[in-house]
Amino acid sequence: MKFAVIQFPGSNCDFDLLWAIRDVMGAEAEFVWHDEKSLAGFDGVLIPGGFSYGDYLRCGAIASFANIMPEIKRLAKEGKPVFGTCNGFQILVESGLLPGVLIRNEGLKFVSKWQVLKVENNQSNFTTEYAKDALINLPIAHGEGQYVADEATLAELKENGQIVFTYADENPNGSVENIAGIINKEGNVLGMMPHPERAMEELLGGADGRKMFASLLKNFLVTVKN
Amino acid sequence: MTLEMSPEQIQESKIYREWGLTDEEYLKIKDEILGGRLPNFTETGMYAVMWSEHCCYKNSKPVLKKFPTTGPQVLMGPGEGAGVVDIGDDLAVVFKAESHNHPSYVEPYEGAATGSGGIIRDIFSMGARPIAILDSLRFGPIDNGKTRHIVDQVTAGIAGYGNCIGIPTVGGEVAFDESYAGNPLVNVMCVGLIEHKHIQKGQAKGVGNSIFYVGAKTGRDGIHGASFASKEFGSGSETQRSAVQVGDPFMEKLLLEACIEVIQNHGDILVGIQDMGAAGLVSSTSEMASKAGSGLRLNLDNVPQRETEMIPYEMMLSESQERMVLCVKKGHEQEIIDLFKKYDLDAVNIGEVTDDGFYTLYHKGQMVAHVPVDSLAEDAPTYYREAKVPERIQKFTDSEKYLPEITDSAVSEIFKKLLAQPTIASKKSIYETYDSRVMTNTVVAPGSDAAVLRVRGTNKALAMTTDCNARYLYLDPEKGGAIAVAEAARNIVASGGKPLAITDCLNFGNPEKPEQFWELTTAADGISRSCLALDTPVISGNVSLYNETNGSAILPTPMIGMVGLIEDVKNITTQEFKKAGDLIVLVGQIFDDFSGSELQKMLTGEISGKIDFDLETEKVNQDFVLKAITDGLINSAHDLSEGGLAIALAESAFANGLGIDVEVDLSNAQLFSETQGRFVLSISPENQAAFEKLLTESSASSEVIGKVTDNGILKINELSISTDEAVSIYEGALPCLMK
Repeated sequence: MKFAVIQFPGSNCDFDLLWAIRDVMGAEAEFVWHDEKSLAGFDGVLIPGGFSYGDYLRCGAIASFANIMPEIKRLAKEGKPVFGTCNGFQILVESGLLPGVLIRNEGLKFVSKWQVLKVENNQSNFTTEYAKDALINLPIAHGEGQYVADEATLAELKENGQIVFTYADENPNGSVENIAGIINKEGNVLGMMPHPERAMEELLGGADGRKMFASLLKNFLVTVKN
Repeated sequence: MTLEMSPEQIQESKIYREWGLTDEEYLKIKDEILGGRLPNFTETGMYAVMWSEHCCYKNSKPVLKKFPTTGPQVLMGPGEGAGVVDIGDDLAVVFKAESHNHPSYVEPYEGAATGSGGIIRDIFSMGARPIAILDSLRFGPIDNGKTRHIVDQVTAGIAGYGNCIGIPTVGGEVAFDESYAGNPLVNVMCVGLIEHKHIQKGQAKGVGNSIFYVGAKTGRDGIHGASFASKEFGSGSETQRSAVQVGDPFMEKLLLEACIEVIQNHGDILVGIQDMGAAGLVSSTSEMASKAGSGLRLNLDNVPQRETEMIPYEMMLSESQERMVLCVKKGHEQEIIDLFKKYDLDAVNIGEVTDDGFYTLYHKGQMVAHVPVDSLAEDAPTYYREAKVPERIQKFTDSEKYLPEITDSAVSEIFKKLLAQPTIASKKSIYETYDSRVMTNTVVAPGSDAAVLRVRGTNKALAMTTDCNARYLYLDPEKGGAIAVAEAARNIVASGGKPLAITDCLNFGNPEKPEQFWELTTAADGISRSCLALDTPVISGNVSLYNETNGSAILPTPMIGMVGLIEDVKNITTQEFKKAGDLIVLVGQIFDDFSGSELQKMLTGEISGKIDFDLETEKVNQDFVLKAITDGLINSAHDLSEGGLAIALAESAFANGLGIDVEVDLSNAQLFSETQGRFVLSISPENQAAFEKLLTESSASSEVIGKVTDNGILKINELSISTDEAVSIYEGALPCLMK
């Protein structure tokens, strides 16, 4: 099973994500340029953070019309794993693969720091390696990470256990219900503002991100090289 | 649209004076270079920017010659886009700093953003991938809305550019003083990594090879930016917005990736590469040709233009951002065009290399400029300015050292007040707006002495810092300059690194004033002295003169950017105390050094007096601390700087919410003394014997002054305060001032 790490013009966490899944976790993965029209041969999609197309319109809005997008939607529909972090999360909500929307941080400033998160649902395909209600530490770095959704959507997210990560101790961006990451109803698409790919080794300050990738690889039956 | 004057009208009206050329320089161009021919509008404009201090260092060249620039570690010194230093394993680190002071006062967000953009291009023009940004900022006191606006927008500009392009901003420093109120300093340093085989040069050689323009289109922004940066500020300067460029980090990200792809995968067809920075197209292309001893013929009809009816003068002088020049082997043009097409970038052949030594421009079929290329670049004038000791210096040298007295009952209050001084207080509210972890190499993020990044694929790491305490330079530019380098090195050593080399931004006043020039040249002597003693040659740098507003200069501020090598990631050391029970060790002795100190400024509102600096002891102490770190004996290390021992101890205790119990034979005031070359370390009790044995092999002095506790109280002699209260003062001060 091979992952595609999508590169949009302006993606800047693409190398980090490729390194996390391939070099740290041992899965097969390669870059795919936004202009490609096929994801034949790939069984999973990872969408990195950054400023796709400069984020000059709404974050992720232009990326949702990229040539590669129909293929990402096809894989999502087929039940293959699709993961987006930061700008990747913004692209997933803009393209309709996840509900809700992300707007400017409540404090109006970019926020970059280590953030404590609570694993709200450790039964999802992306979180089974975490303990129930685990508190984990992941870096955040975003200016537009305030998650908002209407009442009905929120009720549905809660009902289905789609809220997988919330901000614990403090809410850095004003997200409703402290939401940091959600999955789709089917459970194969995860979007989150924090950066698990930046928390893969103790040398860099923490390795709590590994369990997200480990869960993903285990639940989607990915074989990895040691 | 600019209306062109005829050569005669230029001579008659002396318009060139407004562009920064003197009458003598104009005559030199006409008589000596052009053999009596009157330079036309385009040519006069090109000379005006190329002969500005900002482009040709005409006032500072004799000063820069003083710097030591060589060493076994130096692969490339000053003269190219950035300096290159060997770090082994066929890898090298590339770094340089640049100032963007004037634009940042007029338009703080764009001024700061394009400052970042420019220095990043300098790094990748060398072939290196930029891996880190650091800044060094100076503002007026935060007591008015205007300064708040400048602080807010400058930091937002740096964040906006770095965050978007995806290069972590990992460190820096901020200080405040009245002298910067009308002339803030915005210095940005960029660090890159490169394999030796990819190192590039900015050269245009090989007759017939093609000159490519790549990146963003040319507009009318930033015309005469270089000349603008080479003048004093008057009250009318805020109307000079047209001289400020506008940045587009997204465009630069595309340009960065495209250029790195050319360098790494098409290096065989690339002859030279240079960024279009100050003085844009004319500066980059003429320097590339002049360096290689070639000539150039350019056709301006091919220059990608963002606006209509641009004239050659505007195209040559525009400082539109995110543009580069490539010299490509003849016959391989299509390869370059195709590569840039992937990124939707313009890559246009605008001319070719010649062997006639002339810089020749064509526009709409007409020759619009024809001048010897060296006269624009290598042969620009040099001036030996008069230097005169300012009156204040004699007064300071003759005066007694400043000696404050602090009673037992006042010491805790003074400490709290010092913690809240903006120069000392936590800069968290600023650096938390910078993405410091993208690229996943950041081991030590902002907040410690130096930032540390691992070098992927090796066991090594790089430590980097920016530093300068301008108050010492104001009192004594020689010692102050030496201290700036020494303090940067102390930061590197405290992180576990061996200092490798420095870059600098020499921010001074008007060099045409003898007192200002004396400050510049004397500071350079001090910098050189420390660079020689600490084996850190100057490998690149930038000069920003004319930092004066309405005749009053800034404090002399030569920002030092230093990079050090940590041979093994296990030696990476941070400033925070790790656990209760550890012994606290002071390395070096503390004397009555209050002249220019934060304490003096706070208590008296000014700085004065004589300063001392013992470089020999500094070196001994640094060597000892580095040895103790590499021997694995140290749990934390922090250098003593503004606010002295008390502040350093507090900062070390903050991160883990620990307490300290310290008894030291110092007066209350001496707890805040700023004697140079000191460190605070913490060691495990079981390492004490080995540590003391190591001490006997060094001439460094060191004593155990207390221990780390878990009671959450900072106790130093008579000074006592809870860690929580101290942290809230330290972290709350800056956000409160900015409200």
